[in-house]
Amino acid sequence: MQSTPDEIGRRLRERDRSAAPAALNLIEDRTPRGREATARLLAEVSPAALGGEAPAHLIGVTGPPGAGKSSLLSALVSVWRERGRTVAVLAVDPSSKRSGGALLGDRARIEHDPRDDGVLIRSTAAGGRLGGLAAATREAAEALAAAFDLVVVETVGVGQSETDVEEVCDTVVVVVQPQSGDVLQFLKAGIMEVPDVLVVTKADLGAPADRARRDLQQAVGAVGAGRVPVLAVSSLPPGSGVEELADAVDAHRAALDADQRRPRSRRMSALRELTAEHGERALRALGGRREAERLLAGQDPRTGTAELVALLERSIEA
Amino acid sequence: MRTYAGHSSARESNELYRRNLAKGQTGLSVAFDLPTQTGYDPDHELARGEVGKVGVSIAHKGDMHALLDGIPLDEMNTSMTINATAAWLLALYMTVAEENGVDRRALQGTTQNDIIKEFLSRGTYAFPPEPSMRLIADMIAFTVDEVPKWNPINICSYHLQEAGATPVQEIAYALSTAVAVLDRVRPRVPEETFPRVFGRLSFFVNAGIRFVEEHAKLRAMGLLWEELGRERYGVEDPKLLRFRYGVQVNSLGLTEAQPENNIIRIVLEALAVTMGRDARARALQLPAWNEALGLPRPWDQQWSLRIQQILAFETDLLDYPDIFEGSKVMDGLVDELIEGARAEMAVVAERGGAVEAVPYMKTQLVESHRERVRRIEAGELKVVGQNVYTEHEPSPLQEGEDGGIMRVDAAVERSAIEAVGEWREGRDAAAADRALEELRAAAADEETNIMPATLAAARAGLTTGEWAAALRDVFGEYRAPTGVSDAAAAESDEELDDLRERVERVSESLGRRIKILVGKPGLDGHSNGAEQIAVRARDAGMDVVYEGIRLTPARIARTAVDEGVHVVGLSILSGSHAELIPTVLEELREAGADVPVVVGGIIPKADEEALLAAGVARVYTPKDFQVSRIMGDIVELVAQHHGAAAAA
Ligand code: B12
Ligand SMILES: Nc1nc2c(ncn2[C@@H]2O[C@H](COP(=O)(O)OP(=O)(O)O)[C@@H](O)[C@H]2O)c(=O)[nH]1
Ligand SMILES: [Mg+2]
Repeated sequence: MQSTPDEIGRRLRERDRSAAPAALNLIEDRTPRGREATARLLAEVSPAALGGEAPAHLIGVTGPPGAGKSSLLSALVSVWRERGRTVAVLAVDPSSKRSGGALLGDRARIEHDPRDDGVLIRSTAAGGRLGGLAAATREAAEALAAAFDLVVVETVGVGQSETDVEEVCDTVVVVVQPQSGDVLQFLKAGIMEVPDVLVVTKADLGAPADRARRDLQQAVGAVGAGRVPVLAVSSLPPGSGVEELADAVDAHRAALDADQRRPRSRRMSALRELTAEHGERALRALGGRREAERLLAGQDPRTGTAELVALLERSIEA
Repeated sequence: MRTYAGHSSARESNELYRRNLAKGQTGLSVAFDLPTQTGYDPDHELARGEVGKVGVSIAHKGDMHALLDGIPLDEMNTSMTINATAAWLLALYMTVAEENGVDRRALQGTTQNDIIKEFLSRGTYAFPPEPSMRLIADMIAFTVDEVPKWNPINICSYHLQEAGATPVQEIAYALSTAVAVLDRVRPRVPEETFPRVFGRLSFFVNAGIRFVEEHAKLRAMGLLWEELGRERYGVEDPKLLRFRYGVQVNSLGLTEAQPENNIIRIVLEALAVTMGRDARARALQLPAWNEALGLPRPWDQQWSLRIQQILAFETDLLDYPDIFEGSKVMDGLVDELIEGARAEMAVVAERGGAVEAVPYMKTQLVESHRERVRRIEAGELKVVGQNVYTEHEPSPLQEGEDGGIMRVDAAVERSAIEAVGEWREGRDAAAADRALEELRAAAADEETNIMPATLAAARAGLTTGEWAAALRDVFGEYRAPTGVSDAAAAESDEELDDLRERVERVSESLGRRIKILVGKPGLDGHSNGAEQIAVRARDAGMDVVYEGIRLTPARIARTAVDEGVHVVGLSILSGSHAELIPTVLEELREAGADVPVVVGGIIPKADEEALLAAGVARVYTPKDFQVSRIMGDIVELVAQHHGAAAAA
């Protein structure tokens, strides 16, 4: 049964989970044929087609490799399922540079019932010669947001990740393990933007986790973000702090004005994608960044990112 | 001398044991099936295809009674190859003794009980590392006084070499494991008892085809063990400091091609552990000539037993004192190994010891094995009959109707499923519930020794699956690290470059990178093949999803669909392919996955046709040692199936 891109998009809009893998396959397809199909698919799930911003909560989970992100997601997924929420996880793995291939290992850490339609996990490799991953992940998140209650993007990085993943997310959770000083230093030095929620994993290790939590709390306080929750969790059974984290993430979403934030991030993503695709030259052709931003701001706030990029491209040609 | 045996039902195994005992065998060596080893009852989804396959299924004390019926337990020395569920099987054994009026203090035997090597190689773990170590420490602390003639643990380096370990790694990781165990037991026993605990530890090691170096390895282990006892643990009694070990010789190097050559390899390997008196094995198990074909038949086992008997009774091997005493070459080899092992043990210690270092050690093993596979493929490591001298006459050994291997009757599983259901119906439900509660409470409290509650559970008629499920509930589920993610990228060579080029071309035509799922359905723990395939596929430029061992067919199908893979590769070596592969195909179809499926592992020729007819695209066995060639096939298959531009 081969569905057309529009059908796949429509099924997602109707929250048909079985359309999700096909949607992701299309979105990852970087051939012109695939790009065109993706544009059609995304049009079906754009805010305009949905009649408003997708109700899903988009969550970014980032942190250094080995910090415990995937294990934490394993614990979070089970809490969310107990609370009746459906979850899609997009796990972005660093890839082997030499061959372009990658061993996608996050999935193995996220325990879930394979017969539960309320969970979907998709792994992708960062980079790779076929390129354009950042855009694919954003598009995947946008598409899945039509069909799931929560869409989580797991990426490696500390704060200033090169991808635009964080731009797309409503809530950014930065995950560190005890005794990893980098994040603390970055925060103190103001190099790193303060995330929406900070998590110290491996709380079962005891004192070191506790100390890390206090240090981080102090550091965010020092840069004037004392309200940002800093939580210590253990993902190993019996686990601790995971329910609280789920609550903190919810609270952040509740306080957020998605109608404001999402159109702005779509505009930023559109510009980023334009330059990734055509270089800075494209911006100059539009009369500079400021001018391009103004052009985008003049559009219907419900316009999807793909359409915004297309609009910019058309303006250059014109 | 005894043979490692057990299959299908407890009753049939009992008959086999009685026959062997009547022939003069003095002990029992019990092989359990994989569900029993991993803590699942025969009716569990994961047990499918495995009940009674590679050993006997023991689900409760009733089965244990049947297994030991008519066997005098106070005179028996019973060795059980059991690890994650060792506490439980020992409890069942003790319960049977108790109900037959045998004093537990008279019981003699061994439980293998080395969980670290299960995480690193053997795969029959059930709980996360820390709680698993606690169970071991509890057993040691309990048996040292209650069942004083029992060897509660046998540290295994055998399985490490089977997963690719070099001699240095084999020594270092096994001794690091011993340290991790001893460090945990020390606070749980009175100080004056501790030297006896040290003396109770015995080892199960490997002996490979480079038999001179392997002999040096055993001498090195003996010296390091003594040093450890003296320096780290302050043990002084020379008797307690002796390195006691049994051996199973290498099986990884036994080939499917020209399998008769394996007998020669086995003889040479046996020499490694018998040549020098100062490092001679206390017990020896030899695999059979048809190791890489399937399970051995009684005749095949007899042939291997005869090797030992000829060595012991016809040769002059046992007539001399240590023949290597004063040998400069031997001493040099030993020193080199000791030095290497010390350095590697220091690395493990720096990472927090054997438990913490499991991910590190696993990655090292995958790397070593990769190097081995690469050298065989490149012809640098010569394997006669496989990559050199491959021309051959037809082998008369494989002419029989059975293809030269033993087959297990599939009906065993059905009757075991019924029987366990009836058992649960028939017992005192209230007593079982109470025992389960008690067990859970004991598990949740680290300070409580698990053995008393486990014994109570055995008496109350709980099942293997119930015991393990209660502990899984408290300790959590666990998936061991696969070692593949951190395996370094391969050096490029012409063949690999060519492969990458093809992967690149097909990927471009597909629009996204070729994505492969490498899956291990069921309880089979043989991960070597899957790991090597996964790493090579990555090195060839594919995106690889590999979730490790022990997956249900449903999980494989879900992963295949959700991950959008272009091809599924399944690996099964345990003999459950006939049951499991069609189920995976069925689940894939139901899930709507339109992808080619390839299968690798121990697949007898006669079964290959059936798999192909069921829809499998290709079948690979150990004779297909050229992994690059397998990769090329897969690229081709993906291109064809998904209508991408030709790979060639
Ligand atoms: C090494 C080994 C072990 C190691 C495994 C270590 C590990 N982590 O993998 C250890 C020592 C732990 C072990 C334990 C056991 N083993 Co064992 N083991 C072997 C042995 C000697 C070699 C297998 C191997 O690793 N080969 C090297 C790899 C690279 O080759 P391979 O897996 O065959 O893969 C190649 C091809 O088959 C193919 N391939 C394989 N998978 C895939 C997948 C894909 C996608 C593709 C494309 C290709 C492909 O490509 C590979 C490249 O050439 C075989 C016998 C033999 N010589 O083959 C017995 C064997 C498989 N074991 C056997 C048994 C019975 C056991 C035990 C049950 C013994 C026991 N009672 O305790 C336990 C069970 C463990 C468990 N949890 O399941 C039996 C199985 C019998 C059967 N099928 O009927 C065998 C056949 C030995 C025998 N004759 O009795 N074993
Ligand atoms: N002790 C402890 N270890 C953890 C915890 N969470 C993760 N780990 C371990 O940390 C390592 C990395 O975990 P993983 O989830 O893969 O990290 P990621 O790379 O950030 O996704 C693994 O060995 C985990 O078992 C935790 O809460 N406590
Ligand atoms: Mg991860």
